[in-house]
Amino acid sequence: MTTQESKKLWLSCGVGLIWFLIILWPLLGITPEGLEFGKTFKVFGYVAVGVVILMLFYQVQQAGKLNFVGTPLKATSVGIGKIYEITPRWILLGIVLALAIAFPLVTGRYAHDVSISVLIYICLGLGLNIVVGLAGLLDLGYIAFYGVGAYTYALMSLHFGLSFWLCLPIAGVTAAIAGCIIGYPTLRMRGDYLAIVTLGFGEIVRLILNNWMGLTNGPNGIMGILRPEIFGFQLNKLWMLYYVILGIAVFTILAVYRLNFSRIGRAWEAIREDETAAELMGVNTFLLKLLAYAMGATFAGFAGAFFAARMRFVGPESFSFLESAMVLAMVVLGGMGSIPGVILGVLALVALPEVFREFELYRMLVFGGVMTLMMLIRPAGIWPAKRVGRRSEEAD
Amino acid sequence: MADNITPILELKNVVSAYGRIKALKGISLKVFPGEIVTIIGANGAGKSTTLMTICNIITAVEGDILYKGERINNIASDILPSMGLCQVPEGRRIFPRLTVMENLDMGAFFRKDAADIKHDLERVFELFPKLRERRKQLGGTLSGGEQQMLAMGRALMSSPKVLLLDEPSMGLAPLLVKQIFDIIRMINSQGVTVVLVEQNANLALQCAQRGYVLETGTVVMEDEADKLLTNPDIRKAYLGE
Repeated sequence: MTTQESKKLWLSCGVGLIWFLIILWPLLGITPEGLEFGKTFKVFGYVAVGVVILMLFYQVQQAGKLNFVGTPLKATSVGIGKIYEITPRWILLGIVLALAIAFPLVTGRYAHDVSISVLIYICLGLGLNIVVGLAGLLDLGYIAFYGVGAYTYALMSLHFGLSFWLCLPIAGVTAAIAGCIIGYPTLRMRGDYLAIVTLGFGEIVRLILNNWMGLTNGPNGIMGILRPEIFGFQLNKLWMLYYVILGIAVFTILAVYRLNFSRIGRAWEAIREDETAAELMGVNTFLLKLLAYAMGATFAGFAGAFFAARMRFVGPESFSFLESAMVLAMVVLGGMGSIPGVILGVLALVALPEVFREFELYRMLVFGGVMTLMMLIRPAGIWPAKRVGRRSEEAD
Repeated sequence: MADNITPILELKNVVSAYGRIKALKGISLKVFPGEIVTIIGANGAGKSTTLMTICNIITAVEGDILYKGERINNIASDILPSMGLCQVPEGRRIFPRLTVMENLDMGAFFRKDAADIKHDLERVFELFPKLRERRKQLGGTLSGGEQQMLAMGRALMSSPKVLLLDEPSMGLAPLLVKQIFDIIRMINSQGVTVVLVEQNANLALQCAQRGYVLETGTVVMEDEADKLLTNPDIRKAYLGE
């Protein structure tokens, strides 16, 4: 590295640190007791020292002085990559599945709780991935379908005493119908307009849940929802529920995988790329966009029904806009259109905040920072959709 | 062209509009089977609008669009390719994040006859050998000329009877333009009727048998292509003399 490059690097580093100080001080320095500087500079000091050390490391590494560590490290990572490539996929998937099945046997209640959340969000993320990642329709009210699924099971269970297993497909269907209802009027819209309308729809659903006292019991929510049963045996332990949602998640993954690589999936992608061109190639864009909404909503409906059964309570506040935004963030962060990407995105946004509980107040700050960094460094997501050489037609 | 042959595509007094602004003010034209017909005109004359109206992306307000003698005004855009009417839209509009192969597959989206599709794919690869080389690449990573080839190949995958080409020469180097026009002639010689919309009037008229001249949404002249080429008015207005 030349001196000029190095100067440029340190300059941008310095500017970045100053900028960080400017946004840090209002956060830490303005308190009800007046202005304060000590704490800001203490935190800033730690960060600055950390950054300078990292920068020094970077420079030394660039100069080739760390090659004795770097080269073997690189070799191992390449080696691992090769092992990953030559191992048949079913073995890898089998290992992941086996780990998922063994997970509750070796962990405690808290881990079960978090992992159930993760699996619910995997269903939601994969469903939204159909709408956003494949068909390219930005949906900011996706959580509404989750709500529809949850209330469907809650009401069916409460009023008719129907079992969870019967209600699961019903919840899927009602959510799909809701998906068509929102899909239909928005079919002619694109981009920003679509986002606003879906946002409005999400709020409408939440407000209905909140205000239709007769049906939904309003803000008080619905209590006493039955747990799933198998042959009359209530699944009332968390680890049992873990297996239920694991089953639903595996089903969702398989279904989305099949859709992804089907004719329909390709048509969705064509619509995402260029709607008019897709239409000129004979794609019925009307029907396929409606189908994308319906399919996406169906998986949210499944997840919703499970959510109701797991909490034994549903209330409108579980289905706020923030939830939609979170699911969307998971999809975008993980990699739009990529199944492993979405799963990693969910892990990153659900499991990691649990790990970082110690940061307490700064959790959301760190969270925002990480999101910004990720989008700068890897705009296509953690595990971007692999687009080349995956279709059956290319097997020749 | 003899009058006793029925045109494969015919526009009768077609009017279409963007909101209240009329883009086509009553266009009539005939395309006979096996022909190359070109529509030339300046920017904003309504050339692309004509093609978009034929494909019902823009719905005609008045007039009739006849395909093989049948009125197709109300047939949805996505049905037309299966009837043999396919368009290569202006600016290529390939699917940038699908591979070349997937782009071509999209052209045959509505077809289910696997053997014939395979045959057509070979035909496309023969016309555009570059596409075979690049079939695993993403469409968006191709050069402009290759994208034009891909767009045409994709349309050919629908095995069209009538191919509507919108400005195939746009933004391409002269050598590539010549190549594209050679290929258009080749496609035509394989029995595909071609409607060619072009700014490059000179090349288009050399390639076509007949031409229509459009000005602000109306047909101001129609004639045999070589007569248009030698017409002093046309030479002055469109051929830069």
